[in-house]
Amino acid sequence: MTINARDGYVDIVKDKVENFHGNQLVYVCWDDHLIFSAAQAFPLPPEMPFGALISEVMTPVFNLHPDFAKIDWPAVEWTVDGEKFSPDMEASLKDNGVDHKSLIRFKTPGLMGINGTRY
Amino acid sequence: MAAKRLNLRKRYELLTRGMGWETTYQKMDDVFPYDTFEGIKITDWDKWEDPFRLTMDSYWKFQAEKEKKLYAIIDSFAQNNGQTNLSDASYLSAIKLFLTGVTPLEYGAHQGFAHLGRHFRGEGARVACQMQAIDELRHAQTQIHTISHYNKHFNGLHDPFYQFDRVWYLSVPKSFIEDAQSAGPFEFITSISFAFEYVLTNLLFVPFMSGAAYNGDMATTTFGFSAQSDESRHMTLGLEIIKFMLEQHEDNLPIIQGWIDKHFWRAYRLLALVSAMQDYMLTNSPMSWKEAWEVYFVENGGALFEDLGRYGLKMPKYHELATAESEHLSHQVWSVFCLLGNATGFHAFLPTEEKMDWLSEKYPDTFDKYYRPRFEYWAKQKAEGTFEYIKGLPQLCQVCQIPMIFTEVESDPMQLSFRDTKHNGDRYHFCSDGCKDIFENEPEKYTQAWLPVHQIFQGNCGGPTLEEVLEWYKFAPEDVSDYIGSQDHQRWQEWKGKDKDTPAKTEANG
Repeated sequence: MTINARDGYVDIVKDKVENFHGNQLVYVCWDDHLIFSAAQAFPLPPEMPFGALISEVMTPVFNLHPDFAKIDWPAVEWTVDGEKFSPDMEASLKDNGVDHKSLIRFKTPGLMGINGTRY
Repeated sequence: MAAKRLNLRKRYELLTRGMGWETTYQKMDDVFPYDTFEGIKITDWDKWEDPFRLTMDSYWKFQAEKEKKLYAIIDSFAQNNGQTNLSDASYLSAIKLFLTGVTPLEYGAHQGFAHLGRHFRGEGARVACQMQAIDELRHAQTQIHTISHYNKHFNGLHDPFYQFDRVWYLSVPKSFIEDAQSAGPFEFITSISFAFEYVLTNLLFVPFMSGAAYNGDMATTTFGFSAQSDESRHMTLGLEIIKFMLEQHEDNLPIIQGWIDKHFWRAYRLLALVSAMQDYMLTNSPMSWKEAWEVYFVENGGALFEDLGRYGLKMPKYHELATAESEHLSHQVWSVFCLLGNATGFHAFLPTEEKMDWLSEKYPDTFDKYYRPRFEYWAKQKAEGTFEYIKGLPQLCQVCQIPMIFTEVESDPMQLSFRDTKHNGDRYHFCSDGCKDIFENEPEKYTQAWLPVHQIFQGNCGGPTLEEVLEWYKFAPEDVSDYIGSQDHQRWQEWKGKDKDTPAKTEANG
């Protein structure tokens, strides 16, 4: 549907990828670890290797949780925008199919939050 | 011979029917350019019945009397150091959120009703909107005056309007009122007068006004009384406009139903902030959010829509989900504020043992199972000195702009709720089906959303670091972070003659 406006509507897209100075927005959610309340948002270069996303971007935020140090990375189950995928750690975000405002979710089998509360 | 004095009914009739005319130099559609494009068909404006017949002279007289009383009490509150009679200074976090989040809404409502007071074709509706415009302006002013006393003694109350336009969680009320203000006049009045004031206003009024009374805040309680008779007039207007539109033409029904669905959900999401205020920020809560939702929405709202059923109107879409969420809402919202408390202009704090027991009693099915463990975990971390705030920034909903913290309460309350859609090649994310539907009905409106997290990343909020952003918000270091150890807390302990290192606990919290 489209908006009903008297004089038409100015088409503004506030969050166009061009507005992020070469970065794209990426959201990352750690399932069953609700301490983070919501997926976390990051502005990242599309050329960033997926491995760097983990080591440089996710680690400083997600290591707040005691489970983070226990993650068995090869066993992690990933989805991007709802599709299962196996990231190539050397390849860029873009080549892994992560684009502007993509949502990456990861599950860490065996780790279910503080005292198994999924928190 | 002096003219015979007219009775009230006659005077009201002259005011609202006698002062308009059919224009001849200009076309009526040019004089009133906004009241047709939304598709609402009005065949006879004279059928408008202002249910609250108030002429300007009696309106001024009532309002002046209320002002006189209010300011007398505010003065005596200040002279008697009323702030020392609060239940606890942590209660002021609720007042800080109210001043920065709600008072600017009153001002926005004033602007909106002033616009309607000019642009409705019918004089009766114009006069009603003009009066409400003045009411809303008075509310904004008297709230500022009432709360200004606390600004002398406590932090975080210094710049509400500046902050309303910038701060991450204040974009929630800001986007709500601007959504209504940027709509046509009939949608605006459906949003503010009906969905917000008629259906949901008690859910704001109870925690704020009764909450003030329960926590020794006589200044705010008095403001509440002063506003109450205005609010009941506003509610009556809300119901009248809906009935009027529905009675004018059958084609109006689907348009109005769409607006009610949209603005119910918009207003309900805004009230998520109020739920946290009610259950957590008030030292003594008069009732839980869940209880208030049951009484004011499920029972009263249910009866209202049953009555409106004769026009073909249905309960707002997704109301069942809102009821299911009432078990979870306040806990989820307060959890976020606790973990981002280094970026809030009020002090966040963990619930005391007494408060947690109260929450267990009020939420027997959810608090102990899902939420108590996290508060106990943080309490332990704080005791050990290992507590840390979250370093990242949350994903926000494109429509309500709240961090996407809501969960699938009907199937799995520990599973975050994600919805998304694509529009012109770009992806958009939502917290709920309600917000997603609103976007998909008018995507051009919400692609323009000023989402605070994205604006920080675009470089529009003072700089990339937390310190720079807080400075841009005009949050001083003493405004943010934990209540315990804050200047507010220290001052309170000094007044009460307590050791400032003992944890805040109130005698009144019984």
